[in-house]
Amino acid sequence: MPGSIQRYGTEMVHRTAQSERIIEALAEGEAIRGRSLWEDAKRRFFRNNAAVGALICLGLVVLFTIVGPLFSQWSIEEIDWARMGDIAGEGHPSVESGHYFGLDGLGRDLYARTIQATRTSLIVGVIGAFVAVVIGTLYGAFAGFVGGWLDNVMMRTVDVLISIPYMFIIILLMVMFERSFFMLFVGIGIVSWLDMSRIVRGQTLSLKNREFVEAATTAGVGRFTIILRHIVPNLLGIVVVYATLLVPLMILVESFISFLGLGVQEPNTSLGALISEGAGTVIYGTPWQIACPIFFFLVTIISLFFVGDGLRDALDPKDR
Amino acid sequence: MTAYIIRRVLVAVPTLVILIVLCFVLMQVAPGGPFTSERPLPPQVLANIEARYGLDQPLWKQMWDYLVGIVTRFDFGPSFAYRDRDVNDIIAQGFPVTLTYGLISFVVATVAGMGIGVVAAIRHNTWLDYIAVGATFSAQALPNFVMAPILVIVFTWQLGWLPGGGWNGGQWQYLVMPVIALSTSYVASITRITRSSMLETLNSSFIRTARAKGLPEHKVIWRHAMKPAMLPVVSYLGPTFVAMITGSVVIDVYFSTGGIGRAYVDSALNRDYAVMLGVTILYGGLTVLFNLLVDVAYAWLDPKIRY
Repeated sequence: MPGSIQRYGTEMVHRTAQSERIIEALAEGEAIRGRSLWEDAKRRFFRNNAAVGALICLGLVVLFTIVGPLFSQWSIEEIDWARMGDIAGEGHPSVESGHYFGLDGLGRDLYARTIQATRTSLIVGVIGAFVAVVIGTLYGAFAGFVGGWLDNVMMRTVDVLISIPYMFIIILLMVMFERSFFMLFVGIGIVSWLDMSRIVRGQTLSLKNREFVEAATTAGVGRFTIILRHIVPNLLGIVVVYATLLVPLMILVESFISFLGLGVQEPNTSLGALISEGAGTVIYGTPWQIACPIFFFLVTIISLFFVGDGLRDALDPKDR
Repeated sequence: MTAYIIRRVLVAVPTLVILIVLCFVLMQVAPGGPFTSERPLPPQVLANIEARYGLDQPLWKQMWDYLVGIVTRFDFGPSFAYRDRDVNDIIAQGFPVTLTYGLISFVVATVAGMGIGVVAAIRHNTWLDYIAVGATFSAQALPNFVMAPILVIVFTWQLGWLPGGGWNGGQWQYLVMPVIALSTSYVASITRITRSSMLETLNSSFIRTARAKGLPEHKVIWRHAMKPAMLPVVSYLGPTFVAMITGSVVIDVYFSTGGIGRAYVDSALNRDYAVMLGVTILYGGLTVLFNLLVDVAYAWLDPKIRY
């Protein structure tokens, strides 16, 4: 068959050209780089349009919370006395009054308040995920690696803690101590690592009998060092995926609490609190008061879902 | 099986005790008692009040009495804020309401989620599937506290079809919006779980065998695929239940249903720890009980589980 011979021929030519190039590169002392797991994941992630789009949206939201305050003409607690008498009439979003998102029910600038609320949500999400990564990974990796009765005790403890309706515990904590950002982070931190520790333990169990761990043990490396240097790096993929999916969940928890009015105290605010206020005042003809916070809430949460989904597909391709 | 259930109950009991002790200790270490106010009470009055509520007893005694009261008499003690009502009264008043629409929402979320998920999986890669996937992905980002105001704006203020709150003895018009608000994001999650699990099951070799021997498709799905495909859904019912319980607080507050959530939030704002503890423990107990049921159901459904 002439076609196949021809193809074979071009392939040969192609191959020789390639090998020449390789030889050239070697001659010039350039290393030929293989593709690492992470580079592979990166390529897969950036081929996923939805995930990339969501990442851009998320980037814009983050940028907005950083750059936005520079354009703000009012602080979060200043009341615009001149306009507070007629919020439905004069408090609508406008550039000339300096209230880009309008006024809230008390006559405060909604633009500044939305920025702070979005920032609160993002920080809560990131801190929750961070605590989950640090505590959950170490706890799960340790339990899984050590095994035996200690593993049993540690995981039964997680079983018990996980079946407590944690929202009520966070509210209890916030009410009994103080309704501050610090207490909120403590409450979120307490609950966020539980699921992570279970996932990590499961992965560790499948890793700990692999050859490289055996090699490290033979070489006399201590247990804790093996966990940190050999087990944890191999868990990173799954940890990153679950941490990303955890961020929106933590934001949901925080918004829920502040919707009930049990979150951080005034004048500080958060998206849940703004949605709640806006929902109460729509009846007076101020739809922007609920539209702005809901918009930022939805954009943030949906983007995070898409990014998490994209990361899962990229780092854990067998799951598709 | 019996041994498995007994073992599972033996885990559930300490969970409950730990929950109660944890809440109680939190209450004790919190700065300021329930009777600390801006105007300090004379010490004799304070001592009298504390004696009335048993707060002058040593901590272990208080905790023991509280535990014994709950276990033997189902008694959560007196409220700190209302002199004429105890925690049981408050729970008895609001709980039936919350339970009613909570159960309906739970059933709606499960049935609708499973139904849409199975249909989407059977019609894989058709427009129906795409709509289901797209809609559920966005609906996951619509928690109850976003759904509730949106529903009220649309159905009460724009269209005027449904009352924007209240209970009225549980008439259906008053139930529609709470149920939709509470169940939307869980319909979405359950749909997604059902769909992917059904797809996986339909691709497995025993389904190929069933098709190969000439069974009609509906029989393949109902007889063979349904049971294994439902396993992940069943294990998700526990978290759904917890989320419904938690979400009911928002529904009670937002729709003024007179349910237990309003009392809970009020007690949180009044620092009425007795009511907070009572509600937390009640809901914790329900959660533990429900998780127990789910585990038993799972063990019954899944032949691979050894008990």
